[in-house]
Amino acid sequence: MIILKNLTKTYGSINAIDQLNLRIHKGEFFGLLGPNGAGKTTLIRMLSTLTPSTLGSISIDGVLMDRDKSRVKSKIGIVSQHTNLESELTAKQNLELHGKLFRMPKDVLTKRIDESLEFTNLSNRKNDIIRHFSGGMKRKLMIARALLHSPEVLLMDEPTIGLDVTARRKLWDLMKRLNKEGMTVILTTHYVEEAEALCSRVGFLNFGKIIALDTPTNLIRASGEFALECFDERVNETKNMFFSDRETALEKAKSLSTSVNIRPTNLEDTFVLLTNRKVGENHECFNHSLA
Amino acid sequence: MNVLTILWHEQKIFKQKFWTITSSSMISPLLYLIAFGWGLGSEVIISGTSYMNFVMPGIVAMTTMTVSFGTVANSLNISRTYDKTFEEFMTSPIRIWEYAIGKITAGALRGMYSAVLIIIIALFFKANIIVTGFFVLVAFLNALVFSSLGFVVGMVIDSHLEMSKFTSFIITPMAFLSGTFFPIEKMPFILNELIRILPLTQSTIGMRTGTPLSQNAWISPSILITYFLLFLFLSIRLCKRAE
Repeated sequence: MIILKNLTKTYGSINAIDQLNLRIHKGEFFGLLGPNGAGKTTLIRMLSTLTPSTLGSISIDGVLMDRDKSRVKSKIGIVSQHTNLESELTAKQNLELHGKLFRMPKDVLTKRIDESLEFTNLSNRKNDIIRHFSGGMKRKLMIARALLHSPEVLLMDEPTIGLDVTARRKLWDLMKRLNKEGMTVILTTHYVEEAEALCSRVGFLNFGKIIALDTPTNLIRASGEFALECFDERVNETKNMFFSDRETALEKAKSLSTSVNIRPTNLEDTFVLLTNRKVGENHECFNHSLA
Repeated sequence: MNVLTILWHEQKIFKQKFWTITSSSMISPLLYLIAFGWGLGSEVIISGTSYMNFVMPGIVAMTTMTVSFGTVANSLNISRTYDKTFEEFMTSPIRIWEYAIGKITAGALRGMYSAVLIIIIALFFKANIIVTGFFVLVAFLNALVFSSLGFVVGMVIDSHLEMSKFTSFIITPMAFLSGTFFPIEKMPFILNELIRILPLTQSTIGMRTGTPLSQNAWISPSILITYFLLFLFLSIRLCKRAE
């Protein structure tokens, strides 16, 4: 289990992470969503041991990060936002480097390289230089690398950023498989539909605080299962209203003079609703907000 | 021992980029040898020897400096600020001083490789260069000094622009003023004394001496060791801070 206790990261007068308390369970697929500057990357960097906390603590399976960073490092696998592979080396050499850094015995390393490449469908490209790989292949290799030392937790910071839809979907399948095999996965993403499709639990982060935390279904349910979408011509803005059932939404639609669209609410609606609210904007259509 | 892993990594990159590294290491010294060796070599006598023989140890020292410094400073800077590969090392259970020592040693070895290339080229220019054990020792210390300086700079500076500024304001002037192309005795007294404490000057003096038996021969290696230990200490401090 991962436990964050009063975790705080301050940059000057700004609290990038503000007294955050969170428990992520073993085998969970946890999604961290938030607008730009919400603190997602700071939090994932703190979990990755790259950024020290100002206050509070992180523990992974009872090991406190500040006490034994080295042990924590061996428990986590990291897929960062940037493609940080050695572009002049082959796929196999990149994995070899990682294994050597984690002091894996040679025979185990050879076996794990084959397994990881097999898992990510890159076995036939293992002797190719990374420079010639597509974005999707690089991402897959980063996952293979992160899995090489058999970590207990996989941290993924916007792993599908910049990928086309097909490559993204393939990566989703890979992540699903990993989680199904028991791996705890923590994912930050800008794509809300990605979190909705993959995560068993989602936390919305804004201004360094978790403002909502639940399963995607429950979060959607809390905001109202049906969304009424209308374009407000006075302010040239699309607005949404949320209702617990379609009938109430239809009734409301009849009272409006503009054309409307009634559809099931998705996690993105909930995300926009909650994060906009926290920013303090006044959205009159959001009267039927969180129950 | 993770130092060996870092060296393994650098060796793989070296192997991959062998021809690029080899040709780029040769271009500058080759041009200097053509200009100052062929162009002036036979006409000018300095300190009782031909200019070609005078300038050779300086060119070896200068190239070792630029290659060792550039290899470490640029690769580390790019790794930290551009391709973020530095994070791969920082998130592994490697002890960070091992990373520093591995990078510095690899940079110094790259500098020594370029020194070997120049000495081979110098044979074609019929330069009379005597490579003694002492010469090799001073060259290696010089490579270590600038490799560790490169590490410090690569860790501190956060942009390519600042990196090239450092090279323009520190490395290039040092290359030209440290007795590479002319005896430093020809400089005005105060400048002469200032230049004498620069590591490249000590390397050039040590390599020109070529023997540990001459008077004050060990001054240069001692000064270079002091510089190296200072830069190594700073490198490890910076690594710990980054960790």
